[in-house]
Amino acid sequence: MSEVQQLKAKDFKSDQEVKWCPGCGDYSILSCVQSTLASVGVQKENVVFVSGIGCSSRFPYYMDTYGIHSIHGRANAIATGVKVANPELDVWVITGDGDGLSIGGNHMIHSLRRNVDMKVVLFNNEIYGLTKGQYSPTSPQGLKTKTSPYGSVDAPFNPIQLALGAGSTFVARTMDVSPKHMKDTLGIAAEHKGAAFVEVWQNCVIFNHDCFKGWTEKAVRDEATINLKAGEPMVYGKDKDKGLRFDGFKVVICSPEEAAIWDPSEASPAAAFMLIQMDNDPGMPRPMGVLRQVEAPTLEGLIHEQLSTVTDKRGDGELKDLLYTADVWEVE
Amino acid sequence: MSSELIRQDEVTIRFVGDSGDGMQLTGTQFTETTAKVGNDLATFPDFPAEIRAPAGSRAGVSGFQVHFSSHDIYTPGDAPSVLVAMNPAALITNYMDLQPGGIILVNTGAFTDKDLKKAALDSNPLTDGTLSGFRVIEEDINQRTMEALADMGLGKKDVLRCKNFYTLGMVYWLYSRPMEPTLEWLKVKFAKKPELIEANSRALKAGYNHGELLRLFQGRYEVPKVTDAPKGHYRNIMGNEGVAIGLVAGAKLAGLDPFLGSYPITPATDILQYMALMKNHNVITCQMEDEIAGICTAIGASYAGRLGMTTTSGPGLALKTEAAGLAVMTELPLVIVNVQRGGPSTGLPTKVEQSDLLQSLFGRNGECPLPVVACACPADAFDSAVEACRIATQYMTPVILLSDNYIANGAEPWKLPAMEDLKPFPVDHPTDPEGFSPYTRDEKLARNWAVPGTPGLEHRVGGLEKDAKTGDVSYDPDNHDIMTETREAKILGIRDSIPTPPLNGEATGELLVVGWGSTYGATRAAVERMQKEGVKATLLHMRHLWPLPHGLLEIFQGFDRVVVPEMNRGQLAKLLKMEYPGITFEPFSKMKGKPFQARELKAHFEELLEDKS
Ligand code: SF4
Repeated sequence: MSEVQQLKAKDFKSDQEVKWCPGCGDYSILSCVQSTLASVGVQKENVVFVSGIGCSSRFPYYMDTYGIHSIHGRANAIATGVKVANPELDVWVITGDGDGLSIGGNHMIHSLRRNVDMKVVLFNNEIYGLTKGQYSPTSPQGLKTKTSPYGSVDAPFNPIQLALGAGSTFVARTMDVSPKHMKDTLGIAAEHKGAAFVEVWQNCVIFNHDCFKGWTEKAVRDEATINLKAGEPMVYGKDKDKGLRFDGFKVVICSPEEAAIWDPSEASPAAAFMLIQMDNDPGMPRPMGVLRQVEAPTLEGLIHEQLSTVTDKRGDGELKDLLYTADVWEVE
Repeated sequence: MSSELIRQDEVTIRFVGDSGDGMQLTGTQFTETTAKVGNDLATFPDFPAEIRAPAGSRAGVSGFQVHFSSHDIYTPGDAPSVLVAMNPAALITNYMDLQPGGIILVNTGAFTDKDLKKAALDSNPLTDGTLSGFRVIEEDINQRTMEALADMGLGKKDVLRCKNFYTLGMVYWLYSRPMEPTLEWLKVKFAKKPELIEANSRALKAGYNHGELLRLFQGRYEVPKVTDAPKGHYRNIMGNEGVAIGLVAGAKLAGLDPFLGSYPITPATDILQYMALMKNHNVITCQMEDEIAGICTAIGASYAGRLGMTTTSGPGLALKTEAAGLAVMTELPLVIVNVQRGGPSTGLPTKVEQSDLLQSLFGRNGECPLPVVACACPADAFDSAVEACRIATQYMTPVILLSDNYIANGAEPWKLPAMEDLKPFPVDHPTDPEGFSPYTRDEKLARNWAVPGTPGLEHRVGGLEKDAKTGDVSYDPDNHDIMTETREAKILGIRDSIPTPPLNGEATGELLVVGWGSTYGATRAAVERMQKEGVKATLLHMRHLWPLPHGLLEIFQGFDRVVVPEMNRGQLAKLLKMEYPGITFEPFSKMKGKPFQARELKAHFEELLEDKS
């Protein structure tokens, strides 16, 4: 290993011109990821960004690291191969709601359940941007788009629910308009050993402008969302005047004093499921921050452990051993 | 009391029974023992797609054919000389393939009216004259097995499970094979279940002794071992195992560790299973969620510096298509193994066909050339797999390696290469950041393979067209033209590294037979028989299907007629017509889910030649 330098966010910028629409939420995510990498102190040569297809998937070209801009929906599978082949690498998947939850839904759930140590950043804008405005698997029912002129009839996925259901060991949510929250969240994700799923609410100014406005706008954000912090009481509101506690299978609003302490490392994901259910209740805040953070063995860890165990037992395999096995006979 | 031994040069036995009768096991044991005795052999298992077709039905018949001899042989035999049939369905679906006068050993214990009904038979073929012209040996194997194991305290079901070993014992006696290898095998196989070692060993010995004591057969046969086999080390090999070993060896020769991303599919699954056992060779196998993830993990692993591989069969190759294009575009090494089966769609999953050649050559979007290599037989699987790894790593390209169900599950003795003949082809990863570009090419037009973890060589690859010099995304029209031509020229350049295929026969003559893949045994046998009869026939067998080797045109021009037998509708013939428009290629197609027989090929070739005169 060459000498380790402390890199700055700008060191992760490639020389390529960034080509997202002006005002797109992607810019903020790009800069937050660059700062996160700088603050966790990785070396550029050890980082690989893998993406699929979509607006967000151009991301690797803008990073001065290793990267693969692959094919639609397959980033998680390709990233799995990269990480398993070389566990020393820091692997990041950049995907969107269409790429990661529609065409790539299968690879998404399987890479999460296998707990491959990689960071999956899902840009959710509830729309297909690159193909110019069709409803996506996260679009709300009723959304009028070019392919749903009378309103979408598809029931949407909730990405957080899906990741929890797939057994992801780390699940979090943040938003493009709060760089501080995003950096904090990505920072925790980057330190997590295992599959880390981070949904980012991302505004598509062209095709689905302001779809998260009701939760992200400064004026309403404190009332409409709650920022979950491990080990702290679940309180929210501009004046931190409201709390949340669990009552049976429901989350209810209570006084800040009565608020439950949030623990994302609980073995059961039940509490996280209950919190994310608030998304469907207009009277409740939407949860942001880390919803789940548990430890489990990683896929690449287990694979390499097996390689060494078997090798210890049977000895380093030589080319000759492959061919000349016990059942060889000789013709003289 | 021992019978006189009658010498035979070659014998073909077909074991047939219900899927649950253990015929594959019986056949494999007979094969292993026969290999150890020193005969040359070739096998052909033939089993139903339905693992649990109704017991006793025609759909549930499972077979295993083994051809062994005291000289070099190339096929599992055309017509069996011995048929071992465990029930009426097995008998009725197979007896007509037998040689005239051939021996049929029947288990009469499975010929009740109920059994006949399950096989959709109105009358009993043992008594209605169906089998006239054959030597039928009737034996109630169920009953004999029960007698042999009477005092063991096993249930009837368990006892009857041993009847295949009783049968094997009889056939061992008939062909004077030793029982020891199977007895040893049982000890290992059932190490934890001593009662099964005992039961099966007893059944085997009882069958053997029964043959001897009752002189069931009018004579006993001996097939002496091959005496003129080339010196060297041999082992019995099945095609899928040969491919697995070859892939790992190929990676080692490239100085790389292999990574296999795969998804179970008949008949390719064994390769994944074999490689999963090779962990002490630093082989990583990942059974992924689907075919696409299989190839995608392999691409990721190649990017990270392992040699990525994926194994599949026709329908799976269709699913991998888009990702194969990504590997072409990113110019990463990758070996894609397609063990072909009957198609289209799910087709005939357990039967053989060669109908994915055109899919392999052309089945991708865009101008997307990649090299295609095919195994000829189980003993050739290793070399072909090593060759696929060589091309993939030396030319930075995905390669499709074609095998098929006949090669995959067939077995034959494989003469092992001497270690010093396995020439390494080490890969060189760049490390110098000075003037680095991912698209710097060597004289073979292969691009630089810089792997993550190398400081200063950070770069991005992807499916979008890239600038020929910098590797950045480029929509420039002239650049796309240049890159398309470069990718094509790189693949065509591979022909400078491959030999013109050797001819079996003279360089000119009346008939040239052009073959590829698993037709090899049958075409070779047919052509050699014709040569012995004085016909000027020659065989050209192709390992490289793309790019085509140098020197083919000159060969084609030396013959009056060129015939291309294939288990498809003439796919190689079409390719050759396209590439050599001046030559007439006559396709000979077989689409029955079964391999060619040497005699049907010979008959066809002779007809062709008569036609001319
Ligand atoms: S279309 Fe939408 S998501 Fe895509 S770059 Fe433009 S604003 Fe961003």
